[in-house]
Amino acid sequence: MDLNLTPSEQKFRDDFRAWLKPNVPALWVGAVTSENRDDHNAYLRKWQRTLFEGGWAGISWPKQYGGRGATLMEQAIFQEDLALADAPHLIGTIGLSLVGPTIIALGTEEQKRRYLPPILAGDEIWCQGFSEPNAGSDLASVGSKAIRDGEDFIVNGQKIWTSFAQMADFCLSLVRTDFESPKHKGITCLLVDMRTPGISVRPLRQMSGDSGFNEVFFSNVRVPLTQVLGQVNSGWSTAMTALMNERANLGTGIQVLFKRNLSALIARSRTVDRNGQPASSDPVVRQKLAQAYLELEILRLNTNRALTSLSKSGTPGAEGSIQKLYWSEMNQRTQQIAQEILGPYGQLSDFDNGSWQYGYLRTRGNTIEAGTSEIQRNIIAERVLGLPKSY
Amino acid sequence: MDFDLNKMQRLLKETARQFLSRQCKPERVRRLMETDTAYDAALWQAIADQGWTGLIVPESHGGLGAGIVELAVVAEEMGRACVPGPFLSTIFATALQPQHLEKIAAGEIKATVAILEQTANWDLESIRLKPSRDGEAFLLSGTKLFVPDADVADVLFCVARSADGLVVVAVERGAAGLTIDPMRSMDETRKLYRVTFDGVRGEALRNADIVSAMNVATVALCAEMVGGMQWILDATVEYAKTRQQFGRPIGSFQAVQHQCADMVLLTESARSATYYAAWALTQNAPGAQLAVSVAKSYCSDAYREVANRGIQLHGGIGFTWEHDLQLYYKRAKSSETLFGDSTFHRERIASFVVDESPPAAGQLTNERAAVAAR
Repeated sequence: MDLNLTPSEQKFRDDFRAWLKPNVPALWVGAVTSENRDDHNAYLRKWQRTLFEGGWAGISWPKQYGGRGATLMEQAIFQEDLALADAPHLIGTIGLSLVGPTIIALGTEEQKRRYLPPILAGDEIWCQGFSEPNAGSDLASVGSKAIRDGEDFIVNGQKIWTSFAQMADFCLSLVRTDFESPKHKGITCLLVDMRTPGISVRPLRQMSGDSGFNEVFFSNVRVPLTQVLGQVNSGWSTAMTALMNERANLGTGIQVLFKRNLSALIARSRTVDRNGQPASSDPVVRQKLAQAYLELEILRLNTNRALTSLSKSGTPGAEGSIQKLYWSEMNQRTQQIAQEILGPYGQLSDFDNGSWQYGYLRTRGNTIEAGTSEIQRNIIAERVLGLPKSY
Repeated sequence: MDFDLNKMQRLLKETARQFLSRQCKPERVRRLMETDTAYDAALWQAIADQGWTGLIVPESHGGLGAGIVELAVVAEEMGRACVPGPFLSTIFATALQPQHLEKIAAGEIKATVAILEQTANWDLESIRLKPSRDGEAFLLSGTKLFVPDADVADVLFCVARSADGLVVVAVERGAAGLTIDPMRSMDETRKLYRVTFDGVRGEALRNADIVSAMNVATVALCAEMVGGMQWILDATVEYAKTRQQFGRPIGSFQAVQHQCADMVLLTESARSATYYAAWALTQNAPGAQLAVSVAKSYCSDAYREVANRGIQLHGGIGFTWEHDLQLYYKRAKSSETLFGDSTFHRERIASFVVDESPPAAGQLTNERAAVAAR
């Protein structure tokens, strides 16, 4: 056990920090809701391009596809330092944390060459077409049909909760290609060009007010056979690879965002009044802030342990579900504490730019997106503990 | 960065587990808890033969000279086996670096540390017992409460408040004016005592750093707690796989599965916090004190919660005297309060992270740190 950075990890950090200093856009204020989405997206794409040109995209991806060929630990350092530097978030998060690693694991050489570099350069944004109206937690029930027609599939169906679809260039889609076999064995994963005729996107407004996710409709969409990722009818294992990468990757970057949020809350607790004193001197408030602090600290430590294990095994496992379960529920508890400390102010749209209001509302989705807490607990029970399947 | 046990540490863990599975079976734990002291000379000698009484004693003093992470590894297995006896107390004592190190390391003498008084407050600032000087020695008069293993300790280190600050006074077993009475408590694997001093003569330890020693002991306790959680988790999962109701194993029901999943999360998080604190102490890292409080606060709540769930999932059998779960449930409670519960440590965390001018690294505003006799 040695929690110090190795000399090469330290050098990586020093180099990245040195690069970040002059390159992080100065005026970024981290606004969570922007009136002008197009400007917002153009800004974020430019930031991804800057990272790519500086050699700081795809940290742990192979060099021949535009990555840096560094370790997973360095990838985590990268994410941590991005957040510490108040850098803009990464726009292509689906491509970077989910699609890219899956293509690296399962894609053909041609697919790797074609799709990986544009993800890193911010030229192509991906979305993830997994959930459907009747296939949520029971993802294997996907019903979007892909019927073979010569060298193509013809796809019909609907996806839902598809983040980034409104701006995406490609969609990693799960479709049914075998209607006779058991449901897990008839699914295929397709790389679908969002400009193909027959695709329409309808934004869904979230309770937080913004429109991060969408419905996507496929009507006779023609997708060449070369766009299959993995094998025909083995899309379930492709999807699992993607989801485990998503869970493994999500925890590393967000913990620093949580840290920033908690620091802001602690600072606020010194100015908010409670019984004529700053809330920060109230014993009950102190207990709650300390609990939020220690839970966040343990997220950091759990993440470092998971990274060590991932670095040694090479493939993300079911342990990612522990991480996902932990951070999503923790984040909700922290937002609840924030509301308790801020009292009536916490609900206001113009108090601290509405960040507490937004945080309280947005985190409600944390225990649903990327697999509900119930599904994560199922996975831990069955895959980590070896308990019998419940369904 | 490598947040995992190394090869030697894994080997130590495996050795400890095998040793304790032979030497400290549940039947032995139960036999010992029925006794007045929960102490077994043969078991103690076997532990000493492994070198663990001198685990963190420098090699120059006959110990193994191991680090705090290695201590956590052994303590975790001790907690998993719910080992009765003065191991934790003795480790605490060795962390005070007393003149008795060689004898403790060799297993010749056992020791404990007396801190709490009537206020039952783990804040060292609350210590009132006032020694008087008798030449080079001190004379102690007063009462210490909740002192673990006092009746088997050959030497008792009493933390008292002299005119110059805290002193740690070593009192030999059988010293004139020393009275030790049991405080019967629910965890019978770790006996507690009321220690009354009536003009008891003792020598002050030189350079004893009570704050540091207490941090070491607290981390060792956290590791024991992690081991206890792991035992409960393993036992519960095993039970859920075999116990049948409605014609299927109860572990196939999500109501049961989800509680097991929560137990995994609690246990692993407690483990992360504990080993980080152990490592931070080894490195003398700036946030070590904070890391210890994070670990103890989390472990205190988590062990109790894991034990609650373990009993609930076992149903009626989990509530019996016959099932070993009760040993861990009670150990969870005694461990929760020892060295400060989660509320105590959260307030300490708040003093570091909520207050605008936190205490300096490794020091607490409300406690005088290293205090020594001259």
